[in-house]
Amino acid sequence: MIGQNPNEMRTAARRVRGLGAARAGTKDFWHQRVTSVAGIPLTIALIVIVIALLGRSHAAAVQILGSPIVAIIMLLFILNSAYHMWIGMQEIILDYVHDDKFKFLSLMMNTFFVIAVGLASAFAILKLSFGV
Amino acid sequence: MAELKAGPASGPRHSRPLSPHLQIYRPMLTMVMSIVHRITGTALYFGTLLLAWWLISAASGPNAYANVEWFMGTLVGRVVLFGYTWALLHHMLGGIRHLIWDTLHGLEPSERELLTVATLVGSISLTLVVWVVGYLAMGGPR
Repeated sequence: MIGQNPNEMRTAARRVRGLGAARAGTKDFWHQRVTSVAGIPLTIALIVIVIALLGRSHAAAVQILGSPIVAIIMLLFILNSAYHMWIGMQEIILDYVHDDKFKFLSLMMNTFFVIAVGLASAFAILKLSFGV
Repeated sequence: MAELKAGPASGPRHSRPLSPHLQIYRPMLTMVMSIVHRITGTALYFGTLLLAWWLISAASGPNAYANVEWFMGTLVGRVVLFGYTWALLHHMLGGIRHLIWDTLHGLEPSERELLTVATLVGSISLTLVVWVVGYLAMGGPR
């Protein structure tokens, strides 16, 4: 993207100034707010679902977790939380890890962890829903 | 700020004044809660492994599900689950506090102290309420 437009009049410094340590401007800040607002009702719903499942047999738990409304809420909670915690952990890494090699390694591990946990949870819910 | 005092950036780096470090400040509730927000966030980050384990076990079958139920029933499991509940609720209430501050409300000294205390009292009370309701839903402690 940068340096591709031959009519670009801005200097290289002007183009990157203000984009921050993650090179993405305020996008992460805003998306963290969006996912936090969405997280409030989803967290309350998660707690209600978990309480409803306490002490139930495996068969009953599977039936409840696999029912469309519960499964959709669980999927929303997991995907929303995964994105929220990806941004949050990235912010923590950028604040405390200053060595470039270790920083980018940590950022990569963050992405791997979030995708693995999010996808595994989402897959489990889908399997419960479709009952295969 | 550093440039103002040190003048042109020609001298050696160590001659520049340093900004105050964290340990210079007296710990305040708002500051401690800010740190706790990060700590609970990090705990929840790794706590999603528990959620994933629980869901995968439910999808795997009765035996795997029984293992998770057994672990959650042990003292360690209960403590972890209690901590997860508190971290979740504290992070949620702390997040609401930050969302209020984002709208530039509640930033006066007395207001921000009140919001911070409310977050802590609220998260502890709500955790207890959730656990009481949880035990009642199960029909008493197992």
